[in-house]
Amino acid sequence: MRQSSTLVDPTAENLSAERHRLKPPAALDGLTVALLDISKPRGDIFLDRIEEKLGAKGLSTKRYRKPTVSKKAPNEIFDHIVDECDIVVEALAD
Amino acid sequence: MALPTDGLVLVVKRDCPTCELIAPVAKTLQDSNRLSHVLSQDDPSFPDGLDVIDDRELEGSFGLDIEIVPTLIRRESGTETARAIGWHRGEWQTLTGDDSLGLDLPEQQPGCGSLSVAPGMNEELRVRFGDAGLKSRTVSVGYPDDEIEQMFDRGWTDGLPVVPPTPARVLRMLDGTTRPADDIIGNVPPSLTACSIEKAAVNAVMAGCRPEYFPVVIAALEAAIEPNFSWYGLLSTTMGVGPVVVVNGPVTKRIGMNWGMNVLGHGNRANSTIGRALQLISSNVGGAKPGGIDRSTLGHPGKRGVCFAEDETDETWESLATSRGIAPDTSAVTVFAGCGASVFMDQISKDAGSLAKSLASGLRGVGHPKHVQSYGAMLVLSPEHWQVFKRAGWSRSNVHEAIHDASIRPGEELVHGAGGITEGMPLQFADGDHAKFADDALVITQAGGHAGLMSVIIPGWDAGSTGTIPITKEIKS
Repeated sequence: MRQSSTLVDPTAENLSAERHRLKPPAALDGLTVALLDISKPRGDIFLDRIEEKLGAKGLSTKRYRKPTVSKKAPNEIFDHIVDECDIVVEALAD
Repeated sequence: MALPTDGLVLVVKRDCPTCELIAPVAKTLQDSNRLSHVLSQDDPSFPDGLDVIDDRELEGSFGLDIEIVPTLIRRESGTETARAIGWHRGEWQTLTGDDSLGLDLPEQQPGCGSLSVAPGMNEELRVRFGDAGLKSRTVSVGYPDDEIEQMFDRGWTDGLPVVPPTPARVLRMLDGTTRPADDIIGNVPPSLTACSIEKAAVNAVMAGCRPEYFPVVIAALEAAIEPNFSWYGLLSTTMGVGPVVVVNGPVTKRIGMNWGMNVLGHGNRANSTIGRALQLISSNVGGAKPGGIDRSTLGHPGKRGVCFAEDETDETWESLATSRGIAPDTSAVTVFAGCGASVFMDQISKDAGSLAKSLASGLRGVGHPKHVQSYGAMLVLSPEHWQVFKRAGWSRSNVHEAIHDASIRPGEELVHGAGGITEGMPLQFADGDHAKFADDALVITQAGGHAGLMSVIIPGWDAGSTGTIPITKEIKS
């Protein structure tokens, strides 16, 4: 009878930590909203409108922009957003 | 099997004329209690009439590091103190201290190869009886489960069956490089997980590579993980794009790569498996799974892996690697971020200038005909198209320059709305003229069958420092 066989694992052998999304805040009052432009065409137009609408509600916003859509955002941008803002709106696609 | 600690040990196999020749000598030695152990690799009843240890599993032969049979060994307190290989009367007499041994035999006769060193056997024995040294965890597939199906179920494949990466196959792949198995090649996106030589070898086995292809896989991986290549971007973009690997130098002949007919198609093992190994590494080590991080809208068949050799048979053609700073006659890979290839026909132009303009007209369509300074492109120039340029005395750089010049368009034709097409460049491009490609964004190679007035355009991805830059790396052993 044929024996069992042994295979060498080709994967990284690590599992991604599963992180649950934070619950959305019940209200936006007093929060600062990060508006992240990933440099996709027309992302700025979308975020201009969001900024305008949030401003009309008296909310403060801060703008951030990735240098290029093609590469992951530098860690400094993440650090600034975490330090300065409470929630993020990202213009993901054109 | 515990190795004999003291005495004379003889290793033989029946399927060896020299072992048959010395069988009477072995009997003489054992009958006089001078031969303590006889190991037979293929038949425990051989030599006839002797007390023989069955070594068909080859554990003893492996432990004694036997390469040739017969081999006669003297061991004292667990250490080998003398060894005679094959039959050499003088050596056997010295080793046994018996001047009358084998006087009726020829002076010497070479032995035969030990079964423990038959091709592929050494790795099997290292796994079974030695320390294979592999760090990866192993997965046991019990009979009658099918390992091919198990690998599909575990998500290890690219949708096609893969070669089961048994420990012995992985060891054989590791023999293809001089680098230690635990060397880290670098971090593989998108998870940016460190990839060892061993993990690369496991995936190269699965892709179907032979060990001699492995240095090419390693070099291609080193090139692809360079930050400027932006593999992370390729793996996560909605554009269907993946590494196109072009191989140059002596290695292409040595491992039997194809640079001729059907060069971008199927049929050649090295071409088909080297690029596939790179893709499997990104998927299995880096975690780039379609529908997961891999967000490609359409993909393309070449995302399974594209690899080919450049045609370097015409010495007047400067190779891609040489044009990118690699010394002549040095093996190298170049990785380019490529989308699906398309053929470009021009069967009429016999004049170099006409053909350059013609090719430029096709290349202008890369991405979008109104986009400039945006994408890269690879032009795979067929030998017949190259001949048109060669007859005019042109070099690679002449071809490149002529195509660049012919690609220049007035900005007013390129901007949003021009030609009744909303898509296009921002309005500030309206002033002046613009070449299709930024510096170094157009890569020209030469390959293909020697009949056919057609070339291939492989459209690229976002080119330059904000996107991807082709990377060339020397292939080391």
